[in-house]
Amino acid sequence: MQIEKIIQPFGKSNSRNIILKINGDEIQISLKPWVSLLDCLREYLNLTGTKKGCDHGQCGACTVICDGKRILSCLTLAVMKEGSDITTIEGIATENELHPLQKSFIEHDAFQCGYCTPGQICSAIGMFAEGKAKTEADVKESMSGNLCRCGANTNIIKAIMEVKNGGHYE
Amino acid sequence: MNDFNFYQSKTTEDAILEKAKDDSRKFIAGGTNLIDLLKYNLLTVDELIDVNQLKTEAVKQLDNGNILIDAFSTNADTAYHQIIENRYPLLSKAILAGASAQIRNMATNGGNLLQRTRCYYFYDANTPCNKRTPGSGCSAIKGYNRNLAILGSSESCIAVFPSDMCVALAALNATVHVSGSNDHRKIEFADFHRLPGNTPHLDNNLHEDELITGIELPEKGFNLNYSYLKLRDRNSYAFALISVATAIELDGDLIKDIRIALGGVAHKPWRVKAAEDFLIEKPATRSNFEKAAALIIEGAVGFEFNMFKIELAKKAIVRNCLMALHPETQLPGAQPSA
Repeated sequence: MQIEKIIQPFGKSNSRNIILKINGDEIQISLKPWVSLLDCLREYLNLTGTKKGCDHGQCGACTVICDGKRILSCLTLAVMKEGSDITTIEGIATENELHPLQKSFIEHDAFQCGYCTPGQICSAIGMFAEGKAKTEADVKESMSGNLCRCGANTNIIKAIMEVKNGGHYE
Repeated sequence: MNDFNFYQSKTTEDAILEKAKDDSRKFIAGGTNLIDLLKYNLLTVDELIDVNQLKTEAVKQLDNGNILIDAFSTNADTAYHQIIENRYPLLSKAILAGASAQIRNMATNGGNLLQRTRCYYFYDANTPCNKRTPGSGCSAIKGYNRNLAILGSSESCIAVFPSDMCVALAALNATVHVSGSNDHRKIEFADFHRLPGNTPHLDNNLHEDELITGIELPEKGFNLNYSYLKLRDRNSYAFALISVATAIELDGDLIKDIRIALGGVAHKPWRVKAAEDFLIEKPATRSNFEKAAALIIEGAVGFEFNMFKIELAKKAIVRNCLMALHPETQLPGAQPSA
């Protein structure tokens, strides 16, 4: 699907016409250079599943998957991601079925307020793709860039470990 | 964040020419620190010059046996590269002790060398800070200075350089390759970063028109006896209170070559040649490491909230040197040693 977005620019800097590939859609958009990928997703494309927590790279709520790797959308500019393949939380389920991590988070009650959840799930998908975390201790270390201030971390790790172990926790 | 223009460079030469047009232009690669500084309005730019297109192979084998790490490749691609994991595991461990997985997937090797301090007062524009605003004073000396310097500080600044990767690069005698308007040059790692003196706004000796293009490592990677120990207020995703990179080459029971570099203690990675020389041809014992630690920490000055770091640094050095004798005990973060 191709979508064209024309945003009324403001400020003196030159707007850039770029094409972003997000969740399989090619989106043509005119943006100021200083718009973060996070703000582009939320404010310009209405993809509000990606959350703005600290907006300074400290909490991981804005984690998305860019060319298969988990990154922080708050610390990158949208114009730097032209040509990249970006997946947000809106893009991980199929039409009829939730992603296994989404199911597992529900199963394990791995959230309270839910604000960190999209970032946690995208981060876990990126971690699985990296293939470096072997043990639960590795998973805790690898997921340390995603903070949950409700205190659901124990269940978050359980939910991730269950998917990692093919449906069995531990 | 101020309103700025954006330019994508395809070649090193083009990037340098574009930058030379105006001092208020900056290069951007990963942007994980730069964008943060822009968001806090601690930095304003007229134009960002995107140098991500200059990325090449993360690690290249050179004809002289050395390797060249690409400045524009990410920290994660470098840490997990087979050559780095196998021949320079100290560097791999140090990189993986830094930041979070997401940031390591974005942050570049050149950018790691150029990140700014995380001193609270540098980031708080409502307070005096000589590094941020030269001549305004240092709020940290009499402020909350728990994570700040105990070595090499000045009356102007007690900030520390926050990198983990650079502590290992210092230990491994890396060389920084840079290109400028007129020439290319190589900077020994020990000469790259600066002590604050009375110019704490200058973090390093890179010229305004220069771009880091690579980091060269000598062939010797110390892959048998090495350890990176990072002590911090939580076990992951925090800057170091103290970190130690140790690389040892043993000849039987005797130390043939040793490098000990400290992070989290000064305005640059800290090495003391006298301490390393003292250990050469001596047995690798706790007692000798304790004597070396005393030499490294000689002249340390603590402040109200970081005095504990002097004793902590000594113990961390000894513990890490002992851990380097048994690198198989290494785990992420600070784990108890036997």
